Order: sequence, then structure tokens, then C-alpha cells
Amino acid sequence: MNILWLQAAGCGGCTMSALCAEAPDFLETLSGAGLEFLWHPALSLQSGAEVAALLAAVERGETPLDILAVEGAIARGPLGTGRFQMVSGTGRSMLDWVRALAPMAQHVVGIGTCATYGGVTSAGGNPSDAVGLSYDGAHPGGVLSADFRARAGLPVVNVSGCPTHPGWVAETLMLIAAGRLAEKDLDPLGRPLFYAQHLIHHGCPKNEYYEYKASAVTLSDHGCMMEHLGCVGTQAVGDCNIRPWNGEGSCTRGGYPCIACTAPEFEEPGHPFTETPKVAGIPVGLPSDMPKAWFMALASLSKAATPERLAKNAVAPRVAVTPTIRKPKGHR
Amino acid sequence: MSDTPRLVVGPFNRVEGDLEVQLDLADGKVVSAQVNAPLYRGFERMLEGRAPSDALTLTPRICGICSISQSAAAARALAAATGVMPTPQGAAMAALIHAVENASDHLFHFNLFFMPDFTRPCYAGRGWYERAVDRFAAINGAAGRAAIAARTDLMHILGLMAGKWPHTLALQPGGVTRAPGPRDKLRIETALRQFRKYLERDVFGGALEDFCALDSPAALMGWTGGDVGLFLEIAADTDLAAMGRGAGRYLSFGAYELAEGHGFAPGLWRAGRRGPVDQAAIIEDPSHAWMLGGAAHPFKGQTTPDETMRETAYTWCKAPRLGGEPVEVGALARQIVDGHPLAVALAGGGVLARVAGRLLELARTQILMEHWAREIDTEAVFMRTAALPETASGAGLVEAARGALGHWVRIEGGKIASYQIIAPTTWNFSPRDAQGVPGPLETALVGAPVAEGEDTPVAVQHIVRSFDPCMVCTVH
Repeated sequence: MNILWLQAAGCGGCTMSALCAEAPDFLETLSGAGLEFLWHPALSLQSGAEVAALLAAVERGETPLDILAVEGAIARGPLGTGRFQMVSGTGRSMLDWVRALAPMAQHVVGIGTCATYGGVTSAGGNPSDAVGLSYDGAHPGGVLSADFRARAGLPVVNVSGCPTHPGWVAETLMLIAAGRLAEKDLDPLGRPLFYAQHLIHHGCPKNEYYEYKASAVTLSDHGCMMEHLGCVGTQAVGDCNIRPWNGEGSCTRGGYPCIACTAPEFEEPGHPFTETPKVAGIPVGLPSDMPKAWFMALASLSKAATPERLAKNAVAPRVAVTPTIRKPKGHR
Repeated sequence: MSDTPRLVVGPFNRVEGDLEVQLDLADGKVVSAQVNAPLYRGFERMLEGRAPSDALTLTPRICGICSISQSAAAARALAAATGVMPTPQGAAMAALIHAVENASDHLFHFNLFFMPDFTRPCYAGRGWYERAVDRFAAINGAAGRAAIAARTDLMHILGLMAGKWPHTLALQPGGVTRAPGPRDKLRIETALRQFRKYLERDVFGGALEDFCALDSPAALMGWTGGDVGLFLEIAADTDLAAMGRGAGRYLSFGAYELAEGHGFAPGLWRAGRRGPVDQAAIIEDPSHAWMLGGAAHPFKGQTTPDETMRETAYTWCKAPRLGGEPVEVGALARQIVDGHPLAVALAGGGVLARVAGRLLELARTQILMEHWAREIDTEAVFMRTAALPETASGAGLVEAARGALGHWVRIEGGKIASYQIIAPTTWNFSPRDAQGVPGPLETALVGAPVAEGEDTPVAVQHIVRSFDPCMVCTVH
């Protein structure tokens, strides 16, 4: 299968992240799955007129296209013209090109939260009037209609994340190549379930602190960042703490909160990213699927039961108190 | 003499983002160039009215390739606003994290963005062509694949210390969010040891210290080891030294600012010598950009797009000027300003000088990273906190892989009142200013050869890519 990759209004970071794929590397992973780039803006040789011709051939249907991968949001401004992003040398906007090429593709894949929902490119007052491929934030319908289906029948596959984990991109593309990605494999926001069925909380090394509500007060503290530092890892989808990033990393492992970058509208949390909003001193926002009364009851109970080790370590940059070793009651 | 035909070149790939170059031609040469940065997102506007700390989350997302540079500039700007600087070990760890990104960017530029152009069919028949294809063919070249693997392993340092790459929140005004322990330090040193092995085996084909000891263009051209040797052979054969020469004015804000001084010194190189940078003399001139307002220092500047896209402008990029003049920024500029003898001898040079400056800096950066790793104190404090004042302003001036990067923030009522950014490629790919003076790339393109029938001239591609442009940063 061939892939045409376009970089719309975004930072290019999802490509840069994908190239961190391991065992094997991104290019080897794709070629092993029978995938090749028709053109990729960071990797391919063709430039200028060669690319303009290539795009035109796809638009005319002369070059069959299996996968259109779009990275970055689509700018619709100014004044609905799309001219905040022109595809150079073609005299046409990215908005125009995406609308022309998407119907030609067997599959359309949004790479990253900008391409899927608008993401950071649509933050603030959304200066470039940017939206995702088939979503405007959490609302269905972007530059493609809410009922858009690519030729093979799937809606836009939304590999959200800011950036995307290399595994999410590689595995989504491989599942498509293998004919193993159906609509039932996507969540209600179009995200592949293989990573969207997990929460960032799963495998978070701060879980024990969370259990006892032993909270970090400042960034670089060891404790749980939910109560004070804006962490929404108990609500955000992703397997970041199950299969880490760049070897053994994740946001929470790095000492800073999960900001739900896989979610639509994460760019506008309504409060500073690294501060937890509170009402009467009680944090707003519940862990997924947790009834509020139970959460409150459990939180106050567990807070009262916090072991001293956790209370001290939670506000220290390094483990200050190690776990008590219980000697085995063996026969030796 | 023919009339001056105009060539519009784009889409431009193997640059971060896209750009369009308009060329006026005469007698097989470029006589005038206009560079258009065709993407506007409006990050500066997004930040207005937000909590100052949000800049640490949003500005890295300007760019997926120089994300940590944006973090570093934002953290420094907020530190300047609070008056609280990072702890010494926090600053050193931030420098190491930043250097990993910069080294990675140099590595990718050479192997994936710049060198593949020498595998174009127009070079078939050259003595080095088959070797160039073997090493640098797009997607399948052996050197590109090795660079991807080496960068992936090096970035394990970022997984360990910065959570992930790109778009980390690990860099804070007071230091870094994770304090390393003894085993972290050993892992960092191990990753660096492996990276050095790769650099010395594949890229340089010799000891990094030997490459850093080169002190003249003649000595440089005598280097035969590794892919650098192949590049120099190609450079000599295609006369990359003469192609795309610069105006000889170079700016560096200084890289890796630590208590003991900078890793690479700050300064302005002009008329053959180094002087201080007068930050107050920086302005952005929107006369040829689709932006409204007049020329202003970034503390007073604004970013208001001209939605009519007036005819007299041709890009979303404002024209930054220092003391009224355009300046070139980047690895070559940094190495010249830092006084490295090879770089100083290459000042004013073209494609060869820019690429050689980058390779020199890659070698020197590895040595710096090894030093900082050795000096990690696993008992030290890596971050301090400080409340942001209600009213303050600060500038964060750092060096991204591609050159001088500045963030200027004004805080009023505890919120961001104004945030202005000048990125490296804003300097290098600046349009004309109100006086009609072209930017560094526009100047460097004049004289570039254009062969009969070339619609995307290969010399233009070499010159454009020699700057290692980051177009997503340029307008932001």
C-alpha cells in the first residue's frame, strides 16, 4: 500500500516522533508491512514541480492512493479562503488540496490531535480558524463532513496525541495494511481502541501516591499530580505508561502532569495546564467512571490512611523513605 | 539577454514545513529571489490572556523538531520575568536535554534533509554518485537509516530525563522536573558513549577531537573519513563553497547559558570581528509581510495578520533586523561567534560553510554533552520554584539548532499581555524590509545557477537546505 503524507497546519512533531520508533525503526516497520511512501514531506527526494505533478496525478485518479495521512490541522482562514496555508508552488490552499485528495484515498488517517480535532493549532481564539479532518474539537464535522467515509468504507481514523506515540502511528498503519482495522476497532471519537482503551493512569509509576492521595505540591515532587498540578491521567486515554516513550519515559515519569493530549479540546482546559481547578478546595474532575460520592469517600479515607513513607516522598524530588522490608518467615 | 523569466519553486520538502521561492532569472542565474513562508498559525495571539505558565505547554508545540528549544526560550523568558534562575544543576541538565535535541537535529539535517539531493539523477556519472546513492538515497540510504537508529538511542536520554520527545514539560524556569539518581547518570553516559561510537565510525570516520582541531578550510578539505569525507569530496567537485555565499554578518544569543558561562558564546559578528549583541536594537519590520502594524522591538511588537493579504507583501514572515541589518543565524554563526578557527575562516561562506559549521558543532556538542553528563551531581537540587509576579516582563534568548531564538513576554494582571517570538528561520528567511533590503536567504540565492529546463533548480535546493530552515517556527 502507498501512503501520501501531508503536513498541514501543525508542528511536524508527529513525524519526528514516529521516527523514534524502535525494534525495528519506523521505515523498516512500514516496509515490512508492505507500506511505502508515495511522498512524505520530511523524507522523500521529490521536491517542487515533481511534487505538484504527483499531487495532481492523485487528484485526477491516475495514481491510486491507498492511505492519505494528514498531520496538522487544516487552516480555513483568513475569511474562509484557507490561504493561511498555501501549498507552495501550486497556488492552492492545503484546505483545497485535502478536500480534493481525501475522496481519492482508500483510507484517510489523521496523525496527531491537530489533524484529528484541531488541537493546539486551534488554541486561544483559533487565529487561523483551524479544524481537524472530520472533527471541529469534539464536534463531528471538520473540513470533511461528519459522515465522510474513505473509499474503503472507514471514517477518518483519528490517531490523536500531541505528539503521537510512534507505536500508535506504526500500528494503525500496519492494521490498515493488514485489513484488520474495522469501525468497531475505533472509539466514539474515531481513535484506534488498541491504545484508546487504556488510560494514562494505567501503569503510572505514581499509582501508589494516587491510592493514598499523597500529592505533589510542585513540579519535580514525587507525589501524585492530580490534586494540585493539573494531571488528568485518570481520565485521558492512551497507553503511555504501559509502553513508554523514548525508551522509558512518559509525561508523569518525567515529573510533569498528563494534559490529555489525546483528547479533543485539550488545548483549552479552562485553567492553567499545570494547575488543578478547585471548588472550595476540592479538585474538580473525577477519574473515569468513578461515582463522585464514592470518590470523595475513598479519597478522604485513603488520605487519612496515607503511610508516612508516601506522605514524605510525595513532596520530595527523590525517594526519601524506602519501603519497609518484611523479612520472610522462612524455615532458614 | 533574455527577458527575466520568473520561476516559482515549491512545494519544498526536507525542510521542516513548506516554503515557496520566487526566482527572477537572467542568463542562467538567479538575479532576485523572494521567499514566502506560506503557513500562519498565530501562536503569539493564542498566548495572550493565558496564565504565563501555559507558555511552557504551548510554545514547544510551535515546532516538532526544535520543541525543546522553544521550551528553553519560554522557561528563560519566565525566569527572567520572575528574577529566579534555575539551580546550577537544573540549568546543566536543561542544557544537556537541549543539546540532545540540537545534536539530533544536526544529524537529521545532514543525513535526511541535505545530502539526499546529491542522489538526484542530474549528478549521475560523477565519481562519487554511486556512493552517494548508497549512503544518502531518500528513505533507503544506509546513512539515513543509521542516523535514525542513532538518534533514537540518543533520545533515550530524553525519555529518562524529559519524559518524552518532542513536547516535554520538563524544562521549567527554576530547572528541570526530574532529579536524576546514580543509575540515571550511568544510563545517560552510556547513551552518550554509544552516540560517540556511531559519530566516530559512521559520520566522521575519525576522532571527534581531531575534527574539532581542524583550523582552516584547507585542513577541512583534507578530511577524508566517514560520510563527512564523502560530503567534502562532493563539495569540492560541485563547488559548494562558492554557492549561496552569505553577507558575513552572524548573530548568536549564546548557547547553553550556565553559571560558568555559555557552551557557545553570544555575540554579533560583523566586519570580520565579534562584538556584543545590543538586544534593544532588534526590531521586526512587517512591511513585506501580511501583517499589520509598524516596525517594533518585540517587547512592543504585535502579530496581527493582514487578512486581505495585500499585494505589496509576499510572506507571513516579518523581517527581523539587528541595528537595521539582516543577520544570518545558525550553527555556522554560533561557531564563528564562539571563535572556532575553522568557522572563523569560513565566515561569509556558502553552502559548504553552513554544512561544515553544523558538522563542527555536532562534534563539539557531543564533547559538551559528555562533560555535563560527567558533572551530574545526583544529590543536587534540580529545580526551585518561584511565584510569577502580577506584572513583569522578560526575554528568553537561546540558541536552537537552527540559530538564535528569542521569546519576549509581558505579564500584566498575572496574565500574558503580549508574547513575541523571533525564530531562527525568521532571521534567515526574512523578507525584504521597508528599505527593500532582502533577507539572508534572498541574498544568498542571487547568482545561483539555473540550468536550461530546470523547474526546481538543484543549486537553489542546496542553498535553501544549507540553512536548515524550520518553516513551522518561522511564522509560528
